[in-house]
Amino acid sequence: MNIAEKILAAASGREEVKPGEIVEAKVDMAMANEITGPLAIQAFKKIGAPRVWDRRRIVLVLDHQVPADSVRSAELHKIMRTFAKEQRIPLLYDIGYGGVCHQVMVEKGHVKPGKLIVGADSHTCTYGALGAFGTGIGSTEMAGVFATGEIWLRVPSTIRIDLSGSFLTCVAPKDVILYVIGKIGADGATYKAIEFTGTAIHKISVSGRMTLCNMTVEMGAKTGIISPDEVSLAYVESRTDESFMLIGSDSDAVYEKTLAVDIEKIEPQVACPHAVDNVKPVKEVEGVEINQAFIGSCTNGRLEDLKIAAKFLKGKKIAKGVRLIVTPASQEIYLQALQHGLLEVFVKSGAYVCNPTCGACFGGHMGLLASGEVCISSSNRNFVGRMGSPEAEIYLASPATVAASALAGKIVDPRRFSED
Amino acid sequence: MKVSGKAVVFGDNVNTDVIIPSKYLTLLDPVQIAQHAMEGLDPSFPEKAKNGVIIVAGRNFGCGSSREQAPIALKYAGVRCVLAESFARIFYRNAINIGLPVLESPHIRSEVDEGDVLTVTLEEGKVENETKGCVIAALKLPRFILEILEDGGLIEHLKKKGVKAP
Ligand code: SF4
Repeated sequence: MNIAEKILAAASGREEVKPGEIVEAKVDMAMANEITGPLAIQAFKKIGAPRVWDRRRIVLVLDHQVPADSVRSAELHKIMRTFAKEQRIPLLYDIGYGGVCHQVMVEKGHVKPGKLIVGADSHTCTYGALGAFGTGIGSTEMAGVFATGEIWLRVPSTIRIDLSGSFLTCVAPKDVILYVIGKIGADGATYKAIEFTGTAIHKISVSGRMTLCNMTVEMGAKTGIISPDEVSLAYVESRTDESFMLIGSDSDAVYEKTLAVDIEKIEPQVACPHAVDNVKPVKEVEGVEINQAFIGSCTNGRLEDLKIAAKFLKGKKIAKGVRLIVTPASQEIYLQALQHGLLEVFVKSGAYVCNPTCGACFGGHMGLLASGEVCISSSNRNFVGRMGSPEAEIYLASPATVAASALAGKIVDPRRFSED
Repeated sequence: MKVSGKAVVFGDNVNTDVIIPSKYLTLLDPVQIAQHAMEGLDPSFPEKAKNGVIIVAGRNFGCGSSREQAPIALKYAGVRCVLAESFARIFYRNAINIGLPVLESPHIRSEVDEGDVLTVTLEEGKVENETKGCVIAALKLPRFILEILEDGGLIEHLKKKGVKAP
């Protein structure tokens, strides 16, 4: 069996599972944020169960509209806090203690190899970076999980992405995943799992693996996953003392298909408006003028990403007429960026540094675009209206490409800046 | 279970951000949410849908975020069923869980035009196009999903089953 099948077999108490089978699985952890949580809490109350199934396995995060921008958001936050109190749920990450939910789940040690984790957020697939089966569900379903700790899942077939080679300069895991999405398509992995394997995977940091797994949902995937190795185990052990089972794919595991990708052949990529699979090499769209650039989100708001951006921005000013928004993905990353002097680089370059939040990424309470504006973003979706006006255009790229483009005032291949 | 209504046709990859834009996600009342259903594609949709419609769409309907506000917006705007060539999986589950019937029908778009009157028999996976006088096949739903829909959604279903805290 492959890793996804093994985790579902373990979670449903079976020896073996096959793609297409429906299993009743026990959930290890469940996460909700303040956009999906309140609906789940409402639904949970309707079910009428007096207590949640396990108060220590539920994580509640305030991240999408923080700090509250309106009374309506404040009320949602209050519902989350009140529920945590009523149910005595210790893992509530209020503002100042957490950040973007998926980053919080990983860095606070709530994601461990071999676990089945459901989150009321589509990018829950990010947790595969550490060898967990993470999948997104909706609010009502989360209410069911709150009450029972169980969920039905169809065992997905798995597409393997086999990565070999080394990264060219200015190429990052973001470019690899954009390239893969361009090949597989926005619905090419619907109901399926995506597993990343190959010699190159061991050279990719946990941060880069999160970027890869994060965007598998943009192909419709149920989860993105990577069998644990030394890199991910060292990370997990630095984050938690709790035990876990080491589960990886068997050498004779079955895959629906394999896409072999030689990373050395990948140049900086960009997903053009208005589809995540409308992917081209950056050099083909160079020159498109931009109004806003955004570095942040659960895709690319980690220290590694901020360091790359700062390398480009150090000692320079972003182009006149362009606004650059930088949002560290968590409070911890914010502090690290401060300690590494990155925030100073950003501020001096004219970037606007915001508190950890989803904010600009999903066009919620800040950083919205006006009609006719163009944004280049390190986030994961460029749908019509995602970041504000439906008449705005969004390009998705790596932090290097976003930073370079902010300096140039138009989309550029970051390799143009890499020599100086 | 049978549902009928006039068809409203959309294309491929209708995502949850256009079904209900992020700025309305702070709303909790389904009726208010529904006032903005499909606003990203067609702001006149709630008006069109109010007497009951069936959405007919292409591939990957409901892709994007896990927001359950998307099927809620459609259901409370008057959508009785969504027929699409394929669905994004989280939207699909959410729709079932809140009691909005969704059926996959690989050739639906070539057989239906805007405004055609459709009748869907869920148990049989059968779509009758009364305007054109033809029958279109859809994939049948597994028994346990039909049960959730018959009960009116997951909450009612769990209540009926009598959930006990473990
Ligand atoms: S950062 Fe963006 S993609 Fe990630 S959880 Fe927040 S809104 Fe969703």
